[in-house]
Amino acid sequence: MSKGRFGVHGGQYIPETLMNAVIELEQAYNHYKDDPTFQKELNELFNEYAGRPSRLYYAKKMSEDLGGAKIYLKREDLNHTGAHKINNVLGQALLAKKMGKTRLIAETGAGQHGVATATAAALMGMECVVFMGEEDTRRQALNVYKMKLLGSQVVPVKTGTATLKDAVSEAMREWTSRIEDTHYCLGSVMGPHPFPTIVRDFQAVISKEIKEQILEKEGRLPDAVIACVGGGSNAIGAFYHFIEDKDVRLIGCEAAGRGIDTFETAATLNTGRLGIFHGMKSYLCQDEYGQIAPVYSISAGLDYPGIGPEHAHLYDIGRAEYVAITDEQAVDAFEYLSRTEGIIPAIESAHAIAYAMELAPTMNKDQIIVINVSGRGDKDCAAIARYRGEDIYE
Amino acid sequence: MSNIYKAFEKKKAFITYIAVGDPDLDTSEQIIRAIAEAGADLIELGIPFSDPTAEGPVILESTQRALQAGTTTDKVFDLVKKLRRDIETPMVFMTYANVVFSYGSERFISMCQKVGIDGLILPDIPYEEKAEFEQYCKQYDVDLISLIAPTSSNRVAMIAKEAKGFIYIVSSLGVTGTRSEINTDIDSIVSVIRENTDVPCAVGFGISDPKQAIEMAEASDGAIVGSAIVKIIAKEKEKAVTPVYEYVKEMAEAVHSI
Repeated sequence: MSKGRFGVHGGQYIPETLMNAVIELEQAYNHYKDDPTFQKELNELFNEYAGRPSRLYYAKKMSEDLGGAKIYLKREDLNHTGAHKINNVLGQALLAKKMGKTRLIAETGAGQHGVATATAAALMGMECVVFMGEEDTRRQALNVYKMKLLGSQVVPVKTGTATLKDAVSEAMREWTSRIEDTHYCLGSVMGPHPFPTIVRDFQAVISKEIKEQILEKEGRLPDAVIACVGGGSNAIGAFYHFIEDKDVRLIGCEAAGRGIDTFETAATLNTGRLGIFHGMKSYLCQDEYGQIAPVYSISAGLDYPGIGPEHAHLYDIGRAEYVAITDEQAVDAFEYLSRTEGIIPAIESAHAIAYAMELAPTMNKDQIIVINVSGRGDKDCAAIARYRGEDIYE
Repeated sequence: MSNIYKAFEKKKAFITYIAVGDPDLDTSEQIIRAIAEAGADLIELGIPFSDPTAEGPVILESTQRALQAGTTTDKVFDLVKKLRRDIETPMVFMTYANVVFSYGSERFISMCQKVGIDGLILPDIPYEEKAEFEQYCKQYDVDLISLIAPTSSNRVAMIAKEAKGFIYIVSSLGVTGTRSEINTDIDSIVSVIRENTDVPCAVGFGISDPKQAIEMAEASDGAIVGSAIVKIIAKEKEKAVTPVYEYVKEMAEAVHSI
């Protein structure tokens, strides 16, 4: 069995052209992850630039309204650039810089990872090219403008379904043609080893902080941690330091789109089966011949036919649960959190909020739920307005 | 041992690629017959995959057209079975890992043997991941073809030592497609290969005219052409049989003239 396995999942299913690049990346990462200077620089960027630690906010009104468990919101939406994506990007950009790379490439779905990469590239004086499905450039026009403003080039990807998976494919193609000076800043806990591990380690700051903050506020661990899952980076970040705490339920919320009994869904664990794609073995939405399914979700960030290999493994061993949330439930939750707490969440994060709204009333008042609010919802307002039949100009 | 060695037995090999099912299966059948008749020594048959990450736009679009035309793995197996009644030219499949894995790796590879496929090229299976497919390839006498890239450097010897059938040398960085120039030092890659194995090697990616084909075949044991043929099919569609025949004949004669 090759490197980077989580149970049967993971591995390095990539063209030979890229093998030395991922080996070089793994060696560099193994060196710098234990290097005190690197960690100090990264912490400074986290704290001074990205605004960490992010708050763990007690949502009193929401808790009382739902009438069950106490709900805490991990406010990753308050990070610089408005989502958890910046954690991983600052880590990878710093690593790439140490490796002598001068150019970053990235894929993006909702645009949050693209904006974060463009931001880090601007900060560190690196060239940046972001691949984004043409369909998503329309859904997330504001983020396209932001990336350009930050000095990045945005390449609309027209192949396949013109969404996140096609953006990943195109970024991989670009990387095979230019490796020497270029680091592929992959945005989720997916792809070939060592990406699932690197991205998880940089995002694990989320659960490290939640643990410290909840112990300080409540003197105990939460009963459940809930996060949305596309590739799964915010979820693994929110879960990671709780994996050893068996009494903490870990719940990932997949995008069911129009429902898991329809073809318009992106719920990988609820509808997919084991396969090999984008450098990894994991669960995939695919047809009987292994052709990748054209997935759908209202959320461009969850609109992906695979899931990170570590989530696939947590699912296999029963350590984490994965539920499916429809567009309609997510939009309701988007509106609910805005009205109830004055916090407009990203439509991705709204999938996690939607499940908490179901779960909280079934729990006792002395129980605790932590929801990872992975991003802010400004980028989604126009699309949600359209979903509700209101045409607004951005 | 498969029949791939026959392609390299007497002279330099001219190797072709097409995506099966573009523009449709019937035309593909005629094109494959024409390629064999025109003198190709080894035929790569692409089983289309929805998201081929190692392909440039020409082959990507070809595989999309094949899928839209309703091509499936089972239909490709049926076609090969039919072709094998009268075509002896060695044939290999070129597809992506998930097409094989999803079909059931053992089931797929045993079917290859049954219908007369000699080898399997999986561009997303590097040396480190080959074991799970190779165990069945050995069992059913299907050669799992190894690829070597311009970036392989210290890996060339390791890959060559375990290679079967032939070694596919990727001429350039990037994805498949025609190129005006090939700058990689093929000679030094080939010399490391020769030190480590007797398995023949052929160069692909970027070759489109007889001059390039001769140059690459002289440096190795053969030349592989994909995108240039696929471009003819994209342009001529159902009428591609004759122009593909003429192109392959010219290229094969050039390579065989060495």
